[in-house]
Amino acid sequence: MGLEEKLPSGILLTSVEKLAGYSRKNSLWPATFGLACCAIEMMASGAGRYDLARFGMEVFRASPRQADLMIVAGRVSQKMAPVLRQIYDQMPEPKWVLAMGACASSGGMFNNYAIVQGVDHVVPVDIYLPGCPPRPEMLIDAILKLHDQIQDTKLGSNREREVRELETVALGATPLIDQRGLLR
Amino acid sequence: MTTTPDDTTGTWPGTSSAEEVLDDTFEADLDDVDDVDDFDELSHDDYASAYETTEGKVYTVGGGDWDTIEAPAEGEQERLVVNMGPQHPSTHGVLRIILELDGETVTQTRCTIGYLHTGIEKNLEYRSWTQGTTFVTRMDYLSPFFNETAYCLGVERLLGITEQIPERASVLRVMMMELNRVSSHLVCLATGGMELGALTAMIFGFRERETILDLFEMITGLRMNHAYVRPGGLKEDIPEGSEQTIREQVALVRSRLKDTANLLVDNSIWMGRTVGVGYLDLTGCIAMGVTGPPLRATGLPHDLRKSQPYCGYETYEFNVATQTTCDVYGRFLIRLQELEESLNIVDQCLDRLRPGPVMVEDKRIAWPAQLSIGSDGQGNSLEHIRKIMGTSMESLIHHFKLVTEGFEVPAGQVYQAIESPRGELGAHIVSDGGTRPYRVHFRDPSFVNLQAVPAMTEGSFLSDVVAAVASVDPVMGGVDR
Amino acid sequence: MTEHDSTAEVVVPENAVTLDVVEVRSGAFGVRGSGDTSGFGGVVRTVTLPAPSVRPYGEWFDDLADELEASMGAAGIEESAIRSVVVDRGEITFIVERERFRDMAQVLRDEPGLRFEFCSSVSGVHWLGDEGRELHVVAHLQSITHNRRIRLETTAPDSDPHVPSLVQLYPTADWHERETFDFFGIIFDGHPGLTRIMMPDDWAGHPQRKDYPLGGIPVQYKGATIPPPDERRSYS
Repeated sequence: MGLEEKLPSGILLTSVEKLAGYSRKNSLWPATFGLACCAIEMMASGAGRYDLARFGMEVFRASPRQADLMIVAGRVSQKMAPVLRQIYDQMPEPKWVLAMGACASSGGMFNNYAIVQGVDHVVPVDIYLPGCPPRPEMLIDAILKLHDQIQDTKLGSNREREVRELETVALGATPLIDQRGLLR
Repeated sequence: MTTTPDDTTGTWPGTSSAEEVLDDTFEADLDDVDDVDDFDELSHDDYASAYETTEGKVYTVGGGDWDTIEAPAEGEQERLVVNMGPQHPSTHGVLRIILELDGETVTQTRCTIGYLHTGIEKNLEYRSWTQGTTFVTRMDYLSPFFNETAYCLGVERLLGITEQIPERASVLRVMMMELNRVSSHLVCLATGGMELGALTAMIFGFRERETILDLFEMITGLRMNHAYVRPGGLKEDIPEGSEQTIREQVALVRSRLKDTANLLVDNSIWMGRTVGVGYLDLTGCIAMGVTGPPLRATGLPHDLRKSQPYCGYETYEFNVATQTTCDVYGRFLIRLQELEESLNIVDQCLDRLRPGPVMVEDKRIAWPAQLSIGSDGQGNSLEHIRKIMGTSMESLIHHFKLVTEGFEVPAGQVYQAIESPRGELGAHIVSDGGTRPYRVHFRDPSFVNLQAVPAMTEGSFLSDVVAAVASVDPVMGGVDR
Repeated sequence: MTEHDSTAEVVVPENAVTLDVVEVRSGAFGVRGSGDTSGFGGVVRTVTLPAPSVRPYGEWFDDLADELEASMGAAGIEESAIRSVVVDRGEITFIVERERFRDMAQVLRDEPGLRFEFCSSVSGVHWLGDEGRELHVVAHLQSITHNRRIRLETTAPDSDPHVPSLVQLYPTADWHERETFDFFGIIFDGHPGLTRIMMPDDWAGHPQRKDYPLGGIPVQYKGATIPPPDERRSYS
């Protein structure tokens, strides 16, 4: 802190991680993966009233090669799952996945033969957004939480350490079925 | 799809082997080659010159051996098959179109669907009749009220209570359906405009749609997928004072529709993209089973609200929009006109609203309506709760049985068809006399209209495929169900 | 309750029709065996569809049936092709033998007095308990000229699920028949390309048949699971 006061004005100090996180989160380009009803709410959040352009995201890239964020909006059927995986694989790193809606998060109300029960069976998901369909404001809230996550992502060996820690935490966590005696 | 080299010759099928090439060139005058580099040049060949290096034999592939490649079979042209895959910005959802192209002209079109198949029809067989509304509303997700109304009208016909539906419920159903028609056509214009490059149409369309969605949220509580229409009536009445709000918002939407009309009607670029495109005349439409704006664009004024009215549509004054051009531009003009007509119908609905119940009187069917937000923020009618929990055991049992088991519907089958924004939406409902639907099949208009896309697009350009599909306005949730 | 004397005569009214029993289900709510204090285990439910109607049908159905019989005679279709006629809830259904399914549709489409030129939908229904008539194919035809709707129904056994295709008459039936094949396994003879349309091409089984499970997974909550909808107890 003392160093910054001694510098001439107009100079900021930051870390590479924070700068990278800042630039990544502010120009996150979503890939169009609108499937069903949630896609309409996604389009509505890109339209005039709930503007996604103010977060740098109005440009929905049709080509996954140019996209960072895949918003899986809608129910993923068994026929569509390989397509979903292929689009995810075609996206270059770094990439994030937002499971929008109840159907993408867990299969939603369609607990049957035709729907993949949660898109995390197919691709790794960074943030889940419940709702049927979630309002545009909920989608923007989820995107902002994802922005926070991206801002705090570490780089290089810090990232490897972070990944190992997250994995240890996840492997040691109690599964849902064993969390008894809790109301929330 | 990958070809592997032939093991015996070590080359790709259809080309001569390297040894053959080398043999040919060895017969040529290798000694006549003047400029031999430091490394031993084994062959001078346009296609694969070989050099011996410390690493072994190295081939330099230079091409230029077209005469050694086998010629295509007699009469067989090269076919270019392009896949407009399920993930595509212009295919209106997860529709896969496989196109065979000859340059820019489309020679064959095949539509593949099923990427959004949800098994809703089978799911309905495991839910009670009232719960069916919540599933059915998510099929054609841009016109949820139409799905719900088709299903509930069918169930009511099976129950035999069609005449006992209160008039207020019918009027409100008509009003919600017409508002839904407006919002659905707005999405069609918005996405159709976006796919053809008119991005401002997208902004306009969604701006108007937000106004309508505010009305839906005020009345039903949700922006989309409402589950508002129930067998026997409606979930609840419209809130007090909402009639004034609805009138104001309808007037606002009506004034703003001029923006889209001014932008696109008589716009030479828009007309250049849409006039004469996606041509399907009356014979084609009837043969392919196409209904809705594409059928009315051929000149036939076929509208189920006029020919086989339901919900009291015969008492409303409205015109059936028709054009005679059978192309995308005609369908676009029809949708604009239907927007105006629907707003007029909404005004007529508001004029004839009278106080009354919104659920049928029969207690064996009537879901407890008139729910309102209580002090705890939950949507329950406090008087009803007070009665069933406090005073009457029979009411509690009745409520419990009604909610868990549901009512029984006498056996039989019925086909209820209504006019949705995309065409004839039919619900074929079969009951076996139980508390669950036995079989529900929806004849979705988008499913049938998509069959006609090859007829509309074969012979036209690739960009016309996008325009034709946009004019059919398929909603893949309804197509795949 | 008075005792029922089984030797007494049963009085049958003149125009009585024997109901078609499709299925008999016993034991509701998944209750089996002893310990059933609810009484649901002893519930026996007979499932019958609406009885075939006898003349006069009422409204415009009589004229339609007369025209149809006359046209059938002219086309050389025997009267026994129509197995039964059901007039129910304001709709008329002709249940025909499956060999005559396409011929009947042709007559309905081509005769000027009938003129059912528009086929709204072709779909299937699976009645599992009905031996020999499990698969029903239902075609909804609409006459825009005369503003009428009818339903043409036919049945096929599970062991031989073949029904003539309507594609040559109504090209719109193409995708409908593909969907019915996909979901029920009904093979439409004469269809130009009968393949799966909704399910992936290599899917095994026909999902909307009654002997195909719903296929859900149990949902986990904190300390409990809820079984999928088809494995829960049900009232019917």
